This record gives sequence, C-alpha cells and structure tokens, in this order.
Amino acid sequence: MKAIVNVFLKEGVLDPQGKAVHHALASLGFNDTKDVRVGKQIVLELTTTDMAKAEAEVKEMCETLLANTVIEDYSIEIA
Amino acid sequence: MKVAVLRFPGTNCEFDTQYAFEKLGHTTELVWHEEVTLPEGIDLVVVPGGFSYGDYLRSGSIARFSPIMQAVKIYASQGGKVLGICNGFQILTEAGLLPGALKRNNNLHFISKYQNLCVVNNDNAFLNKCDKGEVLNIPIAHADGNYYIDEAGFKKLEENGQILLRYCDEKGNPVVVNGSVSSIAGICNEAKNVFGLMPHPERALESTLGSEDGIKMLKGFES
Repeated sequence: MKAIVNVFLKEGVLDPQGKAVHHALASLGFNDTKDVRVGKQIVLELTTTDMAKAEAEVKEMCETLLANTVIEDYSIEIA
Repeated sequence: MKVAVLRFPGTNCEFDTQYAFEKLGHTTELVWHEEVTLPEGIDLVVVPGGFSYGDYLRSGSIARFSPIMQAVKIYASQGGKVLGICNGFQILTEAGLLPGALKRNNNLHFISKYQNLCVVNNDNAFLNKCDKGEVLNIPIAHADGNYYIDEAGFKKLEENGQILLRYCDEKGNPVVVNGSVSSIAGICNEAKNVFGLMPHPERALESTLGSEDGIKMLKGFES
C-alpha cells in the first residue's frame, strides 16, 4: 500500500519559492499564470493492507513530523 | 554559571558557543543528542546554530525528536532557562517550546552579514543588560529565518512583551531583512525562560572582529 502526502504552505502564508517560480515563468513569457505554490510530495510505502489503519497512521505522521501545521497544510492520498 | 551546549549531527556552532561562555568565565559542557538527561546543576541550556540533520524536511524538524530534547522540554517546563540560536531557534519552534515557525527567507538567499538589531523588551533573563531601544550589531547567517506567526499569536507576543529583538537600521527603525512578521529577530515564551533568536551573539565578542555587542546579551543570563 502506498501513501502520497502533499505538503503546502497554508493559504495566506507567503510562499517565497512559489513567488520566485511565478516571477521566472512570467519572465519566460508564460503570462497566463495567476499564482504558483511550491510544495513537497512525500511517498510512503506502507506494510499494512488495512486502509483505515493506513489513513489514521499517515495522518498522525503528518501531524507529528511530515508537516508543520503552524505554517503548512497537508493532504493524504492512499493507493 | 554552568552551561550545557547541545550537539546534534550537523550542529556547527557548538565550539563558538562554548568559547563565548568560557570567555565570560563560565563552565560549559557539550551534550550529545543521544543523552537522555542534562548534566546536573546547570543554569542554562543552549541549543546552538548549525544544520542539524542537514535541515532535511524542515530546519529543526528532526532534531526536536532527539532524546535530549525530551529532557530539555522537562527542564524548560520546570522553569529552566533555554536559549536557541539560529538553528537552535528553529528547533525550539519545531518542538513547540516557542510559538510560530521559521520559513525560507523571502528572497530565497542565505543571508550572512552583520545586522543591526533593536532591543524591544529587556524585562527578561536574556536582555536585562541591554537598554530598551538599544541598537546592537550582531551577525546573522541563515536561509530559514523568516519568522511567521498568525495574527492572534502575534498579538499575544506583543501584549506579553515576548518580542525580544527586531531587525533595524542604525537608528533603530525596523527594516525588512528576511520577511519576518514585524521584522522579528528573536522572541521568548510566555513564561520568559525559553529564548530564541536568529542572530549569533556568540560571533560578536571581539571588537577587532567587528562587534562585541554579543557579550552583554550572553551576560544577561548571569543575573
């Protein structure tokens, strides 16, 4: 079982990397971009086959370590 | 005074920190991160600067789970004094011992230079040797020093006098250095026994090397 965790800075928290990429895109002529956010993706290979257990566990991982909930939001995808 | 200086894999300011406190006449002891207890009879714990665990994931995010950090949490909860410098500040916010978080600098650069700082509050164990409004010149060296806290948290910091230092010009007017909320360079917790700052007072001890303003900061802990 695989879990894909996406971590992004919260809405309203300025994302300097996203801003820099946005600026770079604009200077390359890509003018249709309204906003860019840069986040990180963490892919976990899990040993459990229990969907509910996996979800609960990955959520706890996010809250404890993978995301800093003061500034970041996360989403979990289990496949 | 007896000072415990923590050491994680990737810490690189531990010897400067030791040198600083020993120059002021104190004894120091390096404490490896795998230790589960702090040395007996200490007066201060310093979490020094560096790049603990290579800054992987987020600066300070892994170091805060080290065995020694559990002991530091207990020590702080009993009123023990803790000072986090640079990466140490990041570790203390990640550990929840200080509010807020430190993000990547707004300009995405690693900023390394002497920087003027304005003393915002001095009614605490750290800055009591400094005057309110005094401008100190202390080096900064960081990529993730952009202090963030939400509005409610910021209000609390202001009301409780927890803002310690702001980045400023030579006259004391706040300046934007890395994007920090309200130009914040250092804060303390509500109980005023846990302190964190991005600048490096341990690197400002000799006027021939640029500044000795770090001395009166570190001397604050003597009283």
